[in-house]
Amino acid sequence: MAIALMAVAVGATIISGMITVYREIPQQMGREFRAYGANLLILPGKDRTTLSGEDVKKINDSLNGYEIVGIAPFLYERLKINEQPILTSGTDFSMLQKVSPYWQITGSWPQAEKREILLGAEQAQRMNIKPGQTVLVSAGNDADEETFVVSGIVHTGGKEEQFAFVDLALLQKMLQKNGQLSLAQISIVADGAALESVSKMISQNYPEVQPQLVKQIAHSEETVLSKLQALVLLVTVVVLLLTLICVATTMMAVVTERRREIGLKKALGAENSNIICEFLGEGCVLGFFGGILGTGLGYLFAQVVSMNVFGRAVEFAPSIAVFSIVLSIVITGIASLIPVRIATSVEPAIVLRGE
Amino acid sequence: MSLLELKDVSMAYGGKVFALQDINMTVEKGEWLAIMGPSGSGKTTLMNIIGCMDKATSGTVVLDGIDLTDVDHQQLTTLRRDKIGMVFQQFHLIPYLTAVENIMVAQYYHSLPDKQEALAALDRVGLKDRAGHLPSQLSGGEQQRVCIARALINYPVLILADEPTGNLDEANEKLVMNIFHELHDEGHTILTVTHAPEVGREAQRAVIIEHGRIAGSEAKAE
Repeated sequence: MAIALMAVAVGATIISGMITVYREIPQQMGREFRAYGANLLILPGKDRTTLSGEDVKKINDSLNGYEIVGIAPFLYERLKINEQPILTSGTDFSMLQKVSPYWQITGSWPQAEKREILLGAEQAQRMNIKPGQTVLVSAGNDADEETFVVSGIVHTGGKEEQFAFVDLALLQKMLQKNGQLSLAQISIVADGAALESVSKMISQNYPEVQPQLVKQIAHSEETVLSKLQALVLLVTVVVLLLTLICVATTMMAVVTERRREIGLKKALGAENSNIICEFLGEGCVLGFFGGILGTGLGYLFAQVVSMNVFGRAVEFAPSIAVFSIVLSIVITGIASLIPVRIATSVEPAIVLRGE
Repeated sequence: MSLLELKDVSMAYGGKVFALQDINMTVEKGEWLAIMGPSGSGKTTLMNIIGCMDKATSGTVVLDGIDLTDVDHQQLTTLRRDKIGMVFQQFHLIPYLTAVENIMVAQYYHSLPDKQEALAALDRVGLKDRAGHLPSQLSGGEQQRVCIARALINYPVLILADEPTGNLDEANEKLVMNIFHELHDEGHTILTVTHAPEVGREAQRAVIIEHGRIAGSEAKAE
């Protein structure tokens, strides 16, 4: 019986641990995916060419129920850098670092409101410029040239390597476009469905802007998550089956060991229903205590997995605890069916034959 | 009317191998009958049929006015529970239950467990002070007395004892046989199955079985 209890406890440990991990994966992996950039863009609405900083602030306030990693504003303009026309973006670098933590910088990020510029790797190579050197930047043919220090070179492996980046406030001032933005990138911890509903909410409540999901990121996230969840589910089902087999085998051994006792009880007048109730009852009690033990251990297991894989703790979920205890009882109940059938087939006459 | 009546009772396995053949016998209410015979003579098969644990392949068995050949498996269980008290050679006490709990098990399957009544039954066989002991803490003779108390607890019409002294030493054998004598004196109907002549001689009458047939009977000289 101790072996059966251990089998149920181990099964319940894996089940409750896996279900906790299964439930936590979307949220935890969602955070991990935020390292790959924004998953929602806010663009100007119909008949508009720019956004206002106020629009972005309102949207930010409306998302207070969600975990926002960051909102990076962008204003794009073609500037002349060392006489070369280069698409330049003004942005908030502190936010950009949160939204796009995957950017590799040689040198350092530009400091806010300083005449510092971040050059895309492709442009820096073309112009043969290294961090620390200066470049001349002008907003147009007639505009004055201003000197900027190249604080760093950015490597992303994407089209950002063809751009240059300066402080947003500085660019807005140079272009006399105070408070204006071309777009905003939002990095939000949410799965595909939640992201869709956020997008819908924004387009309904703020007609002056146009939300757009970054489909590649959202799709990749969904694909990876669904595959991970399927794997966890598969492991859980296999563990359930193994627990079922182990408990059934142990219960069969128990029935075989107690054949004489069963025969005696029948000789004393026990009906098959009495024998069924006794063994199923034992199975359910076993499932209950094994389930409680396993649920506790499963929570610890999930905690260890989460801390090691995601670096975050998981919360104890009473619903998962109840579910895994009930599931343990059901599994031991099912596992007891064949042994119970064997028990009911024991003939009372064995007690007289001395078997 | 006899308490137990067997008429032309046969038991054949596979339709060919006869364990019992044409058994005719009666047991009157209050009688003590011994069924004797060597190993393999068919004693246990006969005990199974009388004890409502098996059904004869032919013939009729009437116990307390009920024809056992007409009842189904469920009814046999009910009859076994209500009419028969069994005493086993190997005692068959449940090892993890105390003496009194072993008696209460029989009450549980019959009606309702009653500890006071179970203790009274233990007192009846002189073991009230051993009520809380496990079978492993009791001697063979004490275990058999617990087994007898369990057999009596539901007021059976027939006490079936299979080699009741087979596993006991001489002193305990005497103790157990004395209890059977007391029960008989109180009016209980007892049927003992034994291969030991000295145990068989304690009964009022003995039926001898050989090769599945009744080979003879003898009455005790008063």
